Amino acid sequence: MNDIVPFLKQLLDASGLSGNEGPVQAIIAEKWKPLVDELAVSRVGSLHGLRRGTGAEPRRRILLAAHMDAIGLIVSGIVDGFLRFTQIGGVDPRILPGQMVVIGGREQIPGVIVQPPDSLLPPGSADRPVPMEHLLIDTGLEPEEVNRLVRPGDLVSFGQHPIELAGDTLAGHSLDDRASVAAVTACLLELQSRVHAWDVWAVATSQEETSFAGAQTSAFEIHPDLAVAIDVTFAKGPGYNDHGGFGLNKGPTIGFGPNIHPEAFKALKKAADEIEIPYEVEAIPRHSGTDAFAIQVAAEGIPSLLLGIPLRYMHTPVEEVGLKDINRTGRLLAEFISRLQPDFLNEISLEKLP
Amino acid sequence: MSPQDRTPLAESLVGDAQIRLLERLSNAAAVSGDEGEVRRIVLEEIRPLADEIRVDSLGNILAAHHAGRENAPRVMLAAHMDEIGFMIVGDDEDGLYRFDAVGGIDPRILPGKAVLVGESRIPGVIGARPIHMTTTEERRKTIPLDSLRIDLGPGGEGKAKPGDRAVFATTFQRLGSSVFGKALDNRLGVATVIELLRHAPANIELLAAFTVQEEIGARGARVAAYALHPDAAIAVDSTPAYDLPTWDQTENALYNTHLGAGPAIYIADGGTLADSRWVNHLIAAAGERGIPYQIRQPGRGGTDASAIQRQREGVPVISVSVPGRYAHTPGGIARIEDWQNTIALLSAGLEALPAGLFQPAA
Repeated sequence: MNDIVPFLKQLLDASGLSGNEGPVQAIIAEKWKPLVDELAVSRVGSLHGLRRGTGAEPRRRILLAAHMDAIGLIVSGIVDGFLRFTQIGGVDPRILPGQMVVIGGREQIPGVIVQPPDSLLPPGSADRPVPMEHLLIDTGLEPEEVNRLVRPGDLVSFGQHPIELAGDTLAGHSLDDRASVAAVTACLLELQSRVHAWDVWAVATSQEETSFAGAQTSAFEIHPDLAVAIDVTFAKGPGYNDHGGFGLNKGPTIGFGPNIHPEAFKALKKAADEIEIPYEVEAIPRHSGTDAFAIQVAAEGIPSLLLGIPLRYMHTPVEEVGLKDINRTGRLLAEFISRLQPDFLNEISLEKLP
Repeated sequence: MSPQDRTPLAESLVGDAQIRLLERLSNAAAVSGDEGEVRRIVLEEIRPLADEIRVDSLGNILAAHHAGRENAPRVMLAAHMDEIGFMIVGDDEDGLYRFDAVGGIDPRILPGKAVLVGESRIPGVIGARPIHMTTTEERRKTIPLDSLRIDLGPGGEGKAKPGDRAVFATTFQRLGSSVFGKALDNRLGVATVIELLRHAPANIELLAAFTVQEEIGARGARVAAYALHPDAAIAVDSTPAYDLPTWDQTENALYNTHLGAGPAIYIADGGTLADSRWVNHLIAAAGERGIPYQIRQPGRGGTDASAIQRQREGVPVISVSVPGRYAHTPGGIARIEDWQNTIALLSAGLEALPAGLFQPAA
């Protein structure tokens, strides 16, 4: 298996908050360039890579969607050299005090999120979590310098560098969902030595964390016959040992529920069984909270699938993911794709009409 | 001594070498009771600077730089080496460990942080429940420390054990005219006393104490003061600057100290009333040499000075601190200029110390 870790670390250190995915998109484009036949950027910033299949034209198309955008913060004001901010995507303010950040304005400026002492906060604040509107970013710079270099609207990314933990796991921010971008990349690498009849459209989607705008529009533009969204899911661990949690580094999950095409699901599961990739079925009774939700209802409707990579501490700067799961996901995708025959859509039709 | 004979208190007091030393000290781990890593750096630095060095049974470093004359006043400078941090207290298996705080740590700053565990600095993280799984009501409550775990990864089973210390995994860096790092409280004080040993004046017997266990009750300073038996003492520390905007933009009357306003001279804190002779002398020295200073707002808090003051028959004490923001969190910020002026003020004050200042009136 190709070692995907250096690439993944590079992705994690690149900025690319929802709606501003440029820096991370450039890194993915460079990595994908030799692995695909065509590369393009959509009107809303998703990266499309086409790897042609060997089937006769017109060929069927499968879309793989992993979102490259990340949650983060945005400067909302400047007071005495300190920055006030709000969020882009879902951020629990309780994880923010003491967090290193990078403010991406006219220059990349490091800073730290701070919680003012209780005496400077509204009465009754003692010992309670400080709401985001009262948190500040300190850059260490003099106020005049801050006024010169920063303005409201500047994006703020988390500054935590990736950390390799024991047992083939990696911690860092934005592993949701760049772990899946790495898995799609692992799939493309694997496909280099395989024959596949279908065209493969690898897509790093934009704006998943805010509106699914990237996935929805890419699905329309590419108009695939089948789609697989790849996203992180909840791993069991401290703070989350509930009934919905999955083992970390014990295999990906295969999503099942109303967002998922039930017959295509069976084919994906069969591929995993036959090449002995461990997995759990993730039952998702409603909205999957992933690109699959948007893709399924693009155009006249697209049969959609979902693979989940279990991850601890989602939406914190120390999200933790299993590297084996990333490689397993890539391998399962490649296997599934190489099994797709030109008549696969007939196999999965929900009703065989006379 | 005429004014022109005095050591120039130039900006060169803090140059690249001093910043590099502060960086090493800040990145080193020395949770109260486990100060070895910082102690080794200090010993290496002061070996060529001090006339006598010993390490006592608690781990304090006691060093002396002899005066150039007989019967010179014995002045103790104390800077604590220890920092707040964590101790592993239980093993939950699969690389997950229970931990407790050593020193005053606000549990609100723990979730979502990276840490380093044990002497081999094993990386770990303190996670938090995904926001997707929390309720609005839950997010209004502080996550209690006992529900958090240090996670070394699933392969971390057996890699740590109860008793191991952990610190925030923060890397020191320059931020413009400031420095950023963990444990600036009190590596700034440690680095300051090292510089004072380097520029030790001949008129005093300089007794440097690099103390242990300040953060859990100034326990090292207490025995160090007994052993050194000084005529007077200064605790050199870093004190909080709460110079942030208030939530409603009203005047901040509870700033404690301001960054950029110079060293903070203590008059009263939660543990000590400073000796007024020290206060007046240091303010006069600052005025004479044009060194900026500020009075730390009287209030709560404390330093090694309280333990030193009440040792034996009593010691005239004062605290002088480098102002620093966000002490006891993953990363603090201090101005290089304030550190420089702290060294300058202490240096000027010691050099100009009248031999009989602390002798009881006849």
